[in-house]
Amino acid sequence: MSSSQGKLKPSSSELDLDRPNIEDYLPSGASIHEPHGKLHLRDLLDISPILTEAAGAIVDDSFTRCFKSNPPEPWNWNVYLFPLWCFGVVFRYMILFPLRALVLTIGWIIFLSCFIPVHFLLKGNDALRKKLERVLVELICSFFVASWTGVVKYHGPRPSMRPKQVFVANHTSMIDFIILEQMTAFAVIMQKHPGWVGLLQSTILESVGCIWFNRSEAKDREIVARKLRDHSQGADNNPLLIFPEGTCVNNQYSVMFKKGAFELGCTVCPVAIKYNKIFVDAFWNSRKQSFTMHLLQLMTSWAVVCDVWYLEPQNLRPGETPIEFAERVRDIISVRAGLKKVPWDGYLKYSRPSPKHRERKQQSFAESVLRRLEEK
Amino acid sequence: MGNSSSMLTQYDIEEVQQHCNNAFSQQEIVSLYERFCQLDRSGGGFVSAEEFLSVPEFAVNPLSQRLLRMVDGLNFKEFVAFLSAFSPRATLQQKIEFIFKVYDSDGNGKVTFNDMLDVLRDLTGQFISEKQRTQVLTQVLEEAGYTKESLLVLSDFVKILGSSGLKMEVEVPVD
Repeated sequence: MSSSQGKLKPSSSELDLDRPNIEDYLPSGASIHEPHGKLHLRDLLDISPILTEAAGAIVDDSFTRCFKSNPPEPWNWNVYLFPLWCFGVVFRYMILFPLRALVLTIGWIIFLSCFIPVHFLLKGNDALRKKLERVLVELICSFFVASWTGVVKYHGPRPSMRPKQVFVANHTSMIDFIILEQMTAFAVIMQKHPGWVGLLQSTILESVGCIWFNRSEAKDREIVARKLRDHSQGADNNPLLIFPEGTCVNNQYSVMFKKGAFELGCTVCPVAIKYNKIFVDAFWNSRKQSFTMHLLQLMTSWAVVCDVWYLEPQNLRPGETPIEFAERVRDIISVRAGLKKVPWDGYLKYSRPSPKHRERKQQSFAESVLRRLEEK
Repeated sequence: MGNSSSMLTQYDIEEVQQHCNNAFSQQEIVSLYERFCQLDRSGGGFVSAEEFLSVPEFAVNPLSQRLLRMVDGLNFKEFVAFLSAFSPRATLQQKIEFIFKVYDSDGNGKVTFNDMLDVLRDLTGQFISEKQRTQVLTQVLEEAGYTKESLLVLSDFVKILGSSGLKMEVEVPVD
């Protein structure tokens, strides 16, 4: 893990974004100074490297940095800029927001008045029904994107509907899904949410084919893995969109990808999403805001500007494990979207690290003690 | 300061600086305060053990439990004083004192054989047998002129560690 010898680089510089943080990848055993020579009392008593690591983690750690929302620099601080900013606030809240809410309402009316008949009347004719529902879901997503004045630039070839392929993308907010969905109706795997979002999930998203998981259930992983496999093998199903990070990250870092998407025996098509922070910070910090508040924040900002890159499809290479495959794809996405990679599992937001990390450190120290005991 | 407001006054900063013997610059103290507030999610004015353990890099450290005992429930001023041993401005004496305190868990100024064995156990886990650990510790102690029954005090630690070129520094990120 991060054996950074106590010197953690400050993370605020934009210039650092594209350079990989190599310190994060030093395996904990291979410290820069390999102690050798006969074992003395001071070698056992000198716990300064381990203490330094602990203090370094207390002062700054790469995991917490992934989930820090970065507020924009305030620019309204002098007597000329402040009224301009006030005018901007008034414009955004009093003019833009009602307009957008109107657009969204119209969109919902159109959508529901088409979707409900299609869903019930065409019950017999599945192929046509599915096709129409797909188009309608793409439509309502476009309305959503319009309601934030979303300016999305898509790069790369559009996803094609082929069997045995899955799409993976980095995850910043639930709006990632909406932005991608307006272009192609993906099936998605998501955490089931409470409230109106959950309602939408169970009704409308069911029509494009969705898989639910529950982070808190231990057995859930196997069930979900099976569902993923079944879905990806089916020829008629919409292509699956998976966010392998498993949680929302702040669009400056990427956490470890879960291997579930990479062991399905399918082609993996990476998608990189990068939001332009100048307009709005699209990171959804689910600990701080509900999704409703997050949407309202987006609807009262100037715009949501982002780039979406559809990258070259990847296959498992001979001799490559799914975990290596996942890391390789994460690398491709992180480089494209300018994200710094950290070696942490996103689920550490909800649980403690497994004891094997600590055991690895203990093992390397124990081995060095025993080895030096032999030396004369 | 010491409560959930996120504003530090100049007076607060100077007070903290004095308390830690000028180990940190004023800018570093402001950064440390931001960090403290970030860790103190419940806003109680101190960081609980749970909140420290939610930093995975800290949780995987073999000495995390020992350090937790020292750092749990400290308010901001004490938190900075705790970290002052890791400042580049701290003296070798201060660093050795900190290490001594980690060993001396009951705080009576004396480190026993068992204290040292406990720390060694934290550091090596199940990868060395208890018998081997005792053996190794006894051996190096005797080589250094002590016995199993010796009670080490701070000056002993200074003697043992003073010449080893101790490196114990942490950089506080300043925006």
